[in-house]
Amino acid sequence: MTAAEGVLAAMFVGLTAYVLFAGADFGAGVWDLFAGGTRRGRAQRELIEHSLAPVWEANHVWLIFVLVVLWTGFPPAFAAVASTLYIPLTLAALGMIARGSAFAFRKTVPSLRVQRFFGAAFAFSSFVTPFFLGTVVGGIASGRIPPGIAAGDVVTSWLNPTSVLGGLLAIGVCAYLAAVLLCADAQREVSAELAERFRGRALLTAVLVGVVAAAGVVVLRADAPRLFDGLLHRGLPLMILSALAGVASIALLIRRRYGWARITAGLAVVAVLWGWAAGQYPYLQPPDVTIADAAASRRTLVTMLVSLLLGTVLLVPALGYLYVLFQRGHPPATSPLAPPPSSASRR
Amino acid sequence: MDPQDLAVLAAPADFVYARSQMALSLGWHIVVACFGVAFPAMVLYAEWRGHRGDAELSRLAHTWARAMGVLFAVGAVSGTILSFEMGMLWPGLMSRFGEIYGYPFTLEGFAFFLEAIFVGIYLFGWDRLTPRAHMLCALPIIVSGVAGAFFVVAANAWMNTPTGFRLVNGEVVEARPVAGMFNPSTAAQAVHMVLAAVMVVGFSVASVYAVGLLRGRRDHYHRQGLLIPLTAALIATPIQIGVGDWIAGVVAEHQPVKLAALEAHYETSRGVALSIGGVYIDDELRYEIAIPRGLSLLVHHDPDAEVIGLDSVRPELRPPVNITHLSYNAMVGIGFALLALAAWTGWARWRRRDLPRSPWFLRAVAASGVAAVVALEAGWIATEVGRQPWIVYQVQLTSEAVSTAPGLRYGFYTVLLVYTVLTGMTAYVLRRLAGHRALAPQEAEPSEAEPKPGTVPR
Repeated sequence: MTAAEGVLAAMFVGLTAYVLFAGADFGAGVWDLFAGGTRRGRAQRELIEHSLAPVWEANHVWLIFVLVVLWTGFPPAFAAVASTLYIPLTLAALGMIARGSAFAFRKTVPSLRVQRFFGAAFAFSSFVTPFFLGTVVGGIASGRIPPGIAAGDVVTSWLNPTSVLGGLLAIGVCAYLAAVLLCADAQREVSAELAERFRGRALLTAVLVGVVAAAGVVVLRADAPRLFDGLLHRGLPLMILSALAGVASIALLIRRRYGWARITAGLAVVAVLWGWAAGQYPYLQPPDVTIADAAASRRTLVTMLVSLLLGTVLLVPALGYLYVLFQRGHPPATSPLAPPPSSASRR
Repeated sequence: MDPQDLAVLAAPADFVYARSQMALSLGWHIVVACFGVAFPAMVLYAEWRGHRGDAELSRLAHTWARAMGVLFAVGAVSGTILSFEMGMLWPGLMSRFGEIYGYPFTLEGFAFFLEAIFVGIYLFGWDRLTPRAHMLCALPIIVSGVAGAFFVVAANAWMNTPTGFRLVNGEVVEARPVAGMFNPSTAAQAVHMVLAAVMVVGFSVASVYAVGLLRGRRDHYHRQGLLIPLTAALIATPIQIGVGDWIAGVVAEHQPVKLAALEAHYETSRGVALSIGGVYIDDELRYEIAIPRGLSLLVHHDPDAEVIGLDSVRPELRPPVNITHLSYNAMVGIGFALLALAAWTGWARWRRRDLPRSPWFLRAVAASGVAAVVALEAGWIATEVGRQPWIVYQVQLTSEAVSTAPGLRYGFYTVLLVYTVLTGMTAYVLRRLAGHRALAPQEAEPSEAEPKPGTVPR
């Protein structure tokens, strides 16, 4: 493995984490959108809020990680991708702003009407942001980002069959991951009844994503033959693994084995992602630009590898602590630091 | 004709929109980012005092933690679009120099990651951790916040004094990213920025409680709400004035043309006067207040020293003088006004062990928050506009770095709209937080803040 491939692999690990963790957060927002009216959806929204609130910012940072590693390790590729795809990237970034701030704002306002407004902004942007990020992946994978600054078509690079497929799959995958995760959370922290509701949704999304993926085979064959070929050859084992894991997670959901279903659902998604990487290897911007072509100088890459290693040593225990701390279930209901009840009635 | 002249002339049609979008999103983010750098330490201090037995300070720490949570969330997402914009708007910069310029951002990514993780633990672990463990979790937030500021500023400093590479026919060779990070401007700029963050957060939080005190809420809670952040800001202010001298020296040595623009100084000469205010028209500053030999004395600590002027470079390589000079003056002027406030407060506390009693003191503190933010923005405008027309000083023109993609102006319009709404919403939410100081801590909120079932209008 060259230094460039090492840095790119690190970036891809970051991308995988982003898709799994932030993807589930986006998906939770999608379910917030479909939770129903204020009263009916209350229990679901509380669960979503509870699962998301402590971790979403940390999960979001994976995207920053991907960007900074890409632009330092592969500067011309980052410049080409970001300048050609500036429209979906701007829309995705604005979606993230709307989503993050609305989520943070929602719980600070007492007025139900304002809460609803922020809730709607949060849920809607959770829906559109993964779509635009998916179109970006579709544009790169289908070879529509030539080298050079804004050298590609700023519209058709992301408004094309492969990109639309990528966008729809992104929404579906996020919703699916979230539903599976929320099954287990609901079972543990709220009620079996709520878990059943998310189980139904998980199964429904699993089928929908399966259908979209199957239709995708036809789309890719017509629209991105090179990618299609790569997925069928170098990427094939991973594609098969993904399909098997997907089927397994459906079976586990049917049998209500939520803990195991989390793992297989995650595996199905990770396998597609790495299948794409394998199918596209050794190209960073197909059909012409290879990993080596776009890579920074060796000295920078080695410096990056050392920095990434040191950073990981700091990061992994901290992340582990965060997840373990908030997977332990509810704290005691009353906090010794809580203000006296009279203050709540002052509002 | 020099190819650089061509580049100046041939800026793409949407150049000004790209610059406006970057200025808007950075100018917005820099204020919020200050709260990520300097606020956690103040929250921790209040929490610690609360833990030692002052229940009012525990409540204060809760309220601050809520505000910190909101500002951190807004800061996280408003920082993300900046990473996108780096490539969407300035692909020429990233493509050529990403491997040096981008490197501090890689480290910043880790710093920000740690900060986000521990902010999550700190805000939502309030009731899950022992008080001691909880307070310990604030330490990584403080350290990574300051480290993050250092890395981001190091990247900006590199644009001012680019080092760590060689150019051969315009191509970067022998890139040394670590050397680039520790360029001549990094130390002074980083210290200047961190102190600015302490001042912005200290004065603006104090100003909220000054307003409360002026409205007659003269309780322990409001007094401490004013005192803690104000003390931090007042300690930072005189140090900042000293650091200002340091950073001016660095600019004079490495970016003489920027210094000339900051001071609106045209003719390279000896014994140069310090000019305050005025309007720069046709290579001449008019209506200014001049202090004879002041500039030579300030910059080189010698009243007869030579100061390089704007005439040292061709007109197309000079920055816009009026914006640079006046925003620089605004920053320095506000800095000295805040120093006067610090002196007043320090004198009163020394003589009477109390805050000044005059209502004008509270009015001054109430105004100091906005003033500090204005100074921050003015300083940032001065350094960024003063570097123009270069994006990388004397290496790459801003117009060479801008994206050539069509339609960038619509991106700017959209971003402008979103940020207008975002600003209004953030102000609304923070006002609510300030007005409802006695809410429960983070985890009790959702159920507290929502109406009870049965009372919900459908």
